[in-house]
Amino acid sequence: MVENRPFLTFLTHLILIFGVLTVVFPVYLAFVASTRGATDFMTGIVPLLPGDQLSANYGYLLGSGESTAGAPPFMLMLANSLLMAILIAIGKIAISIISAFAIVYFRFPLRVLAFWVIFMTLMLPVEVRILPTYKVVADLGMLNSYSGLVIPVIASATATFLFRQFFLTVPEEMMEAARVDGAGPMKFFRDILLPLSRTNIAALFIIMFIYGWNQYLWPMLITTEPHYYTVVMGIKRLASVLDGDTQWNLVMAGVILAGLPPVLVIIFMQRLFVKGLVETEK
Amino acid sequence: MQTKRTVFHSRILPYFLLAPQLIITLIFFVWPAAQAIRQSFLRQDPFGLKETFVWFANYTRLLDDPDYLNALGATFVFSVGVTLLSMSLSLMFAVAVNRVLRSGRFYTTLLVWPYAVAPAAAGLLWWFMFNPSVGIIPYFLSFLGYEWNHRLHTGDAMVLIIIAAAWKQISYNFLFFVAGLQSVPQSLSEAAAIDGAGPFKRFWTVIFPLLSPTTFFLAVINITYAMFDTFGIVDATTSGGPSQSTNILVYKVYADGFIGLNLGPSAAQSVILMLIVIALTVVQFRWIERKVQY
Repeated sequence: MVENRPFLTFLTHLILIFGVLTVVFPVYLAFVASTRGATDFMTGIVPLLPGDQLSANYGYLLGSGESTAGAPPFMLMLANSLLMAILIAIGKIAISIISAFAIVYFRFPLRVLAFWVIFMTLMLPVEVRILPTYKVVADLGMLNSYSGLVIPVIASATATFLFRQFFLTVPEEMMEAARVDGAGPMKFFRDILLPLSRTNIAALFIIMFIYGWNQYLWPMLITTEPHYYTVVMGIKRLASVLDGDTQWNLVMAGVILAGLPPVLVIIFMQRLFVKGLVETEK
Repeated sequence: MQTKRTVFHSRILPYFLLAPQLIITLIFFVWPAAQAIRQSFLRQDPFGLKETFVWFANYTRLLDDPDYLNALGATFVFSVGVTLLSMSLSLMFAVAVNRVLRSGRFYTTLLVWPYAVAPAAAGLLWWFMFNPSVGIIPYFLSFLGYEWNHRLHTGDAMVLIIIAAAWKQISYNFLFFVAGLQSVPQSLSEAAAIDGAGPFKRFWTVIFPLLSPTTFFLAVINITYAMFDTFGIVDATTSGGPSQSTNILVYKVYADGFIGLNLGPSAAQSVILMLIVIALTVVQFRWIERKVQY
């Protein structure tokens, strides 16, 4: 702040409060709706204060789900989402860190080609190759399976670049010292590079966890058995079936359940999250 | 391309290390993309028994198709709308957070979490806010004499998905603008203040021009986001309607391919989308190269 202007400071806070309201209000309203009974929406005016149906609505969704809408219990879908998000995050980090290690610490024929092949994944999001990718997964018999949910999406150019960038900043002397002491490449990787990459791995894990959790199109395509549904695609089923008289209390409870885990991750690990977000875009 | 000055010597180990990443990339990315390109030059007979090579017929037919041109237009309006709305709000919030000293962290925490909300969930939140019968916004709009109905009015539906998509992207833009603002030297602002420039003048003549690399980078990221990561928003809310007004390209390629099973034209759409991503990626990486040279 260059000079003290009370009016400007007031305006600043006003803008920020407006910002926070913009961001929070839709979620507040969703929460209110999720604590109400189904009949509370008949009057035509949306209630602004929480009701008393919180445990009834959430208990119903978590325990039994909405079978008429083809949505299994949310407990199951939340577990599926958690498993998928963790496996995707671990998978992306694991295969990317070893490819970055190979690219930075070895010289071998076709090295540059390998780098460009990995780079190409950036240019081919699922959305632009839906049908043929679906066909490949179907031919491999991976429809309706956890491997089908996870494996096709764990190639990651961003993670590989991040680790490559980081490895290039690791002092040369580290490796030379390790070699003098007789450490082979894998020992060097395990005992020196991995511990050094700890913060990067954690930051990346958060970004990739959120990415995995929020997968939508891919699970929707390859899962037809409710047993494998994930929560983000589940809430859409809840909303779309009864569009005439949507049960807003249940739909909004579903939205809150689907959004809560990744939001909590960001709020409690804000520093790592910001680091991960900024680093992956370099 | 850079490696370490000294490297490990092993003939097969690096290939083993690269294998998982490369195998997945080839099977699930490169091969399907190649299939899409091949399919885009073929046409199937109605029974799916025979395929004939038709050169660019799928593409020319696509570009003559009023529905496709409509989708192109909708995508353009949507991406520009999301980018402008989200970036201007975020810039405003970032400048404000940069001014307050003590409470900045508090506001930041409250502003960043929509990043974690899935696009489909964000869409449903605003679908509820704007619902013609129970939503709160149509309730207030009706006092102004406006009958909001995104199931009937094409403009309303577009505004709905723009707001939902922009809302989700605010936190991302905000964080990058804050980082950009913090790298602008305070001394420049102080020098301008001594020369008699007020806060608003200082912002537009000194700070905003210095932010232009961030702004440009974010513009590319936001367009990419609006074009490719918003499938969930459209699918959970409007499903492309009413009368195809929100049928953006990623949604159309899905609807034509998966629901309509129009293989050739759908593949041609995929290839056009690929060209758009490639162009955006190239622009994004050229910008990063320039930043490194500073």
